[in-house]
Amino acid sequence: MDFRNGHELLKICAQENLPISEVMRQREITCGTLKEDEVAAKLKTVLSIMKDAVNKPLMQPKKSIGGLIGGEAKKVSDFGRTEQSICGSLMSKAISYSMAVLEVNASMGLIVAAPTAGSSGVLPGVLLALQEEKQLRDERIHHGLLNASAVGYILMRNASVSGAEAGCQAEVGAASAMAASAVVEIMGGTPEMSLQAASLAMSNLLGLVCDPIAGLVEAPCQSRNSIGASNAITCAELALAGVTHPIPFDEMAEAMYRVGKSIPFELRETAMGGCAGTPTGCSLCSRGMA
Amino acid sequence: MNFLSIFDVIGPNMIGPSSSHTAGAVSMALLARKMCPEPIRKVTFTLYGSFAKTYHGHGTDRALLGGILGFHTDDPRIRDAFELAKEFGVEYEYIIDEETITDHPNTADMAITGVNGYELSVRGESIGGGKIKIVRINSIDVEFTGEYSTLIVKQLDLPGIVAHITQCLSNQNVNIAFMRLFREDKGAAAYTVVESDEPIPESILEEIKQNPHVQELMLIQM
Repeated sequence: MDFRNGHELLKICAQENLPISEVMRQREITCGTLKEDEVAAKLKTVLSIMKDAVNKPLMQPKKSIGGLIGGEAKKVSDFGRTEQSICGSLMSKAISYSMAVLEVNASMGLIVAAPTAGSSGVLPGVLLALQEEKQLRDERIHHGLLNASAVGYILMRNASVSGAEAGCQAEVGAASAMAASAVVEIMGGTPEMSLQAASLAMSNLLGLVCDPIAGLVEAPCQSRNSIGASNAITCAELALAGVTHPIPFDEMAEAMYRVGKSIPFELRETAMGGCAGTPTGCSLCSRGMA
Repeated sequence: MNFLSIFDVIGPNMIGPSSSHTAGAVSMALLARKMCPEPIRKVTFTLYGSFAKTYHGHGTDRALLGGILGFHTDDPRIRDAFELAKEFGVEYEYIIDEETITDHPNTADMAITGVNGYELSVRGESIGGGKIKIVRINSIDVEFTGEYSTLIVKQLDLPGIVAHITQCLSNQNVNIAFMRLFREDKGAAAYTVVESDEPIPESILEEIKQNPHVQELMLIQM
């Protein structure tokens, strides 16, 4: 059981009457090298690393090695519990959790690249916030991870998830599409609705450049992860409400890739343009923050 | 196209912040460690290109050292590699070379001295997503990834030696996935690199050594 794009994935889902997560799981077992229990064990490990990475910075904030970030996740989390917070509980958790993972990443802690280290906050941020708010069992989150990996696999195969190749839209954009699709399945949406959510999420972040200040995976990467998370929740909500995107997922993936190829070199992880290319960005770089 | 697993998308599990500048650096140094036949006493890293520019903020220095100490990409001890190296009795030094242009921007040389004086110099490239290549051993350009079980034979560039190596592999029923020969000059030192999907039996080393023109062997198991 294998598929090469979203169209083929949806066809298998319809023929076999299976959710995306189950098709992805069966693909792994039939076409890959892992056995059923190995897949289950690895998913458990992934979720446990994600939980640690979300929780640690809320208890013990840590300065990044590059020195540009540290403590933001706790700030947002604490603020989210005050009367002044405007996000609502789910969104507040999702953005603070996604930022927490980037703090762990930037301080040489253990994370799961999903699909990359620079975008590693989006998926755990969204899924763990949802788990808490809706009081879901780990098993449901495993389904979400499997669903997200199907979307990520298609993007890796047919487009790109590399900032150096296609900009931040390929990293945070892809992570956001993965998370949006996962939320839809967890909340009982159809496979079609999942890919609708992924299309919406990708189109919202289309063209986003990769411009890490001083070349570090810190800023604006951390706050971009919070945007990826909130965008995922927004797009999942749209899809679950029955809103559709006129462009099918596979065409969106191709569009994202083409846009990525036309992003100038300076804005693809070279730290020469965008935020990194501003006078302040340059001075942070030459001051030896890097 | 290689099979993309769930855990290629949601993975690797790694110490941050960068798959290329941190995880890749760990992997290339770990591979270099495995190539050294004796415990490592001293290592000098030379960092080029993007590694030279951003090594500090990406922890590339600690990642390389962590790999030399035997840590894997998801080992939290990488962050404390400087302190742990002292405990492990490994001396280390960094040379930052921003002048030399290398083939790949993420390149490092690792000059290793073993506890009994064995010397080995390995150049690695971090090619993205945590994937790496070893592209030079001592002064000879080679190419392998460490993703397979790898047998490296240092030999004289003379007729019949490759045939001897393949005969030994065949005797031990090893299926060759990739095999390449690299040399510096005609008749001088050369490396044969054999990669296999399965572990290569240790006993093959004695058999290959029978040929007097084989100088050295390294075996890196998957």
